[in-house]
Amino acid sequence: MLSFFGDIMKNIGLYIHIPFCKSKCPYCDFYSMRSDSVGYDDYTACVIESMESWSDQLGRKAETLYLGGGTPSLVGGKNIAFIVRRAKELFDVDGEITVECNPSAIEEDFFEMVAKAGVNRISLGMQSAVDSERRKLGRTADRDKVLKCINEARNAGIENITLDVMLGVPDQTTESLKETIDFCIETGVPHISAYMLKLEEGTYYYNYADKLNLPDEDETADMYNVLADELEKHGFVHYEISNFAKPGFEGKHNLKYWNAEEYLGIGPSAHSFIDGKRFYYPRDIEHFSFGKAPIDDGIGGDEEEYIMLRLRLNEGIVFEDYSKRYGKELPTEFLEKAIFFEKQGLMRVTDKQISLTREGFLLSNTIISELI
Amino acid sequence: MATKKENIRNFSIIAHIDHGKSTLADRLLEKTESVAVRDMTEQLLDDMDLEKERGITIKAHAVKLNYKAKDGEEYELNLIDTPGHVDFNYEVSRSLAACEGAVLIVDASQGVEAQTLANTYLALDHDLEIVPVINKIDLPAADPERVAAEVEDVIGLECMNAPRVSAKTGENIESVLEKIVSDIPAPIDSDDSKPLRALVFDSVYDNYKGVIVYVRVVDGKIKAGDTMRMMATGAEFTVVDVGYMRATSMESAKELTSGEVGYITASIKTVGDARVGDTVTTAEYPASEPLPGYRKVNPMVFCGVYPADGADYENLREALEKLQLNDAALSFEPETSGALGFGFRCGFLGLLHLEIIQERLEREYDLDLVTTIPSVVYKIHLSDGTVLEIDNPTNYPDPAYIAYSEEPITKANIYAPNEYVGAIMDLCQERRGVFKDMTYVTPDRVDIAYELPLNEIIYDFFDVLKSRTKGYASFDYEIKGYERSDLVKLDVLLNGDGVDALSFIIHSDKAYGRARKIAEKLKEHIPRQMFEIPVQIAIGGKVIARETIKAMRKDVLAKCYGGDITRKKKLLEKQKEGKKRMRHFGTVEVPQEAFMAVLKLDE
Repeated sequence: MLSFFGDIMKNIGLYIHIPFCKSKCPYCDFYSMRSDSVGYDDYTACVIESMESWSDQLGRKAETLYLGGGTPSLVGGKNIAFIVRRAKELFDVDGEITVECNPSAIEEDFFEMVAKAGVNRISLGMQSAVDSERRKLGRTADRDKVLKCINEARNAGIENITLDVMLGVPDQTTESLKETIDFCIETGVPHISAYMLKLEEGTYYYNYADKLNLPDEDETADMYNVLADELEKHGFVHYEISNFAKPGFEGKHNLKYWNAEEYLGIGPSAHSFIDGKRFYYPRDIEHFSFGKAPIDDGIGGDEEEYIMLRLRLNEGIVFEDYSKRYGKELPTEFLEKAIFFEKQGLMRVTDKQISLTREGFLLSNTIISELI
Repeated sequence: MATKKENIRNFSIIAHIDHGKSTLADRLLEKTESVAVRDMTEQLLDDMDLEKERGITIKAHAVKLNYKAKDGEEYELNLIDTPGHVDFNYEVSRSLAACEGAVLIVDASQGVEAQTLANTYLALDHDLEIVPVINKIDLPAADPERVAAEVEDVIGLECMNAPRVSAKTGENIESVLEKIVSDIPAPIDSDDSKPLRALVFDSVYDNYKGVIVYVRVVDGKIKAGDTMRMMATGAEFTVVDVGYMRATSMESAKELTSGEVGYITASIKTVGDARVGDTVTTAEYPASEPLPGYRKVNPMVFCGVYPADGADYENLREALEKLQLNDAALSFEPETSGALGFGFRCGFLGLLHLEIIQERLEREYDLDLVTTIPSVVYKIHLSDGTVLEIDNPTNYPDPAYIAYSEEPITKANIYAPNEYVGAIMDLCQERRGVFKDMTYVTPDRVDIAYELPLNEIIYDFFDVLKSRTKGYASFDYEIKGYERSDLVKLDVLLNGDGVDALSFIIHSDKAYGRARKIAEKLKEHIPRQMFEIPVQIAIGGKVIARETIKAMRKDVLAKCYGGDITRKKKLLEKQKEGKKRMRHFGTVEVPQEAFMAVLKLDE
């Protein structure tokens, strides 16, 4: 039993967005930029200033810290260490501290430096272990470079490593995916995130989709199944739609999102959920670096949101947690629909909880939009 | 101040589509200074946006021009514009009946086309004096001499002295006006002392004045205060105002006298009360016989029109009522569909008319519509002798009771360069055409006559004809009558449930091919859903085509954008909205595009 499910944590999750990339990957629509207008050190100073101000304002502790991007590793181990140390001082971070790294943008003693500062989890943007596939995704590091990163992180004492894998990317087949899966298993990392490529408007991939030799819907769904089967065979638990972990290695920061728990996001495009309110910094580095206030995004954490988020988890919605949180039972209509989906093999309904099956995960948008 | 009858000229402009009719009309207005240059927008006579966009004239208009000719006399020129599409043939004929002459425009590069001929014959039927004008001499490909010779050869009109003009640049426009004055006869047979007989050639609804009736006074006169009587319907109204149409305004007059063209207003509520072709007389001094040629135009093509959002039903009704005020040929009555809910069965003159109405509803009334497959009116003879007129497949009777069926047949003329004869004949053959005649109008142009069933030409015939002849062929048709035909009704079943809105009536020879295509199109346009969906096309209980839409495999959002839950939620809400906009048939959701795709099978 995973003890962190269901509880509304008092301590928040802290997210720091590092918006820099050496180059834009052709499928990516996250907020990122080259460091032409704002330098890495200057940006680090802005983040620290912002953390100080938020710490004053909220007076909250953080359980998890996550540095995402962009390419956080690009600002250098020294800057990462600054941020992490200061975050620990200001927010008493005592749990999981993750840094996203791009294997092609890692300096020599990076892992050493960040581990010393307190980083205990590394997320590596591998995407594919097949070099030709990875190159098409705009990732320049080869497979050996990924291996080298894993080893260096381990030498620095960081065992909790997660690899990103993408499904449905150009030229990929279930065969080539198996190569990637084998690689993941051989490395012995305890966590895998597997995302299906989504063509986002405005990206190169979106505009040239017909020239990309993309696997179709059926092939991509097959890949998802192959991946899940293989990883489960090797002791991974499919604990969230796109995440697999050896027991105890679930990503605690991201779980805060799916549990509708509180988090503070710092940096352009970072979102927050604090005291029932959602707000965010716009996709504009100057807005953030000039210290302007984030933008209100309304009230969060209502029943619909909770359902939408919790159904991403293997555990689904636990009736008791739901009624504890909202002071009422799940609507009958909801349960009727769920039973309908159960008959189609898309949901599991027990007397304690309700959740999506793997086939249900694959159709989660359709199902959830029917349910809420 | 009435002009003396010798100085009146009533004329229309006739042309093949795109040969420059509206542009020439604009130039004539400009040249006679009927319109200030600052009011001059392109194609002033076509005042509906749609007309400007489609480049066709939908409804007739008329305008009075004053012209001081080279002989020193002041002339009153009444230009009566005519609609330019086969759907509106009857309205064209009434406009022509109001004239003594017609200016025939021929494109200096394209020469004689199908509607050049059709319109000329129509004008000759009304004994009009025809003044040919060669237009677009500014085009690089212009060859006025060849085209003039062609007009002489094909139509037999003297054309060597025809004005060569460019309506676009304004070159030589005055010669057209001089020709009108010199060649077109004045309405000298008119007699003011006879009882009033005025031909209605158009009527337009105006929010303030009620219906504005456009007339050509043949005999007698009319003034405000008279009691006007519509001879076909017997309806009477007190005349509020009479006068002349100017390019940008209406000019009230004391009276309208014989030979003149003008308007009458009389607080008439709908154009249905002052139908095109009817004769106006007065109750005080009534004529005994109406002018010849009145007929009520009947819709030929019917389809169901449904609001995409059921809540818009009342708005749709109001919009249709408003459009009908101005369009006596549009009919509608409420109908219900199991698939589409509440809507209206609407009747149209033809497919263009249908498209225009649909577009106006969507654009001017901001309605989102679903239309069903258009149908013609079939006559179904039952074994017991009763005859049903069916324009809606839903009402198609049980085949067991049908003795035989009839469908409307058209006489169609296709006019094209002779290299396309093969392609055209193939197309007509595919559409169950019966070849009638082929004449070489010039050594390299042919006029092919076919009898074609109306239901074969209402969907996409013209589009396909255009594409197979690289746009060179032109097409014209009229209804010939009803003929016996072997008809069947095709039903569409999704996941076993019938979708009434997709049913239609078709000739049995076409049933299998069409059924396969429909099944394919539906498979292509209905998105994969959570369950496998069989698509079946059946005649009676017998399935003749089948496809399967596979179950959806993947619809998942994996990424979390820096904790941006709102974005994710919005995406799901959008998806939910999208579902609402789909039509539900049992458990199957069908997007509107699927209906459209079935409608336009041959694209």
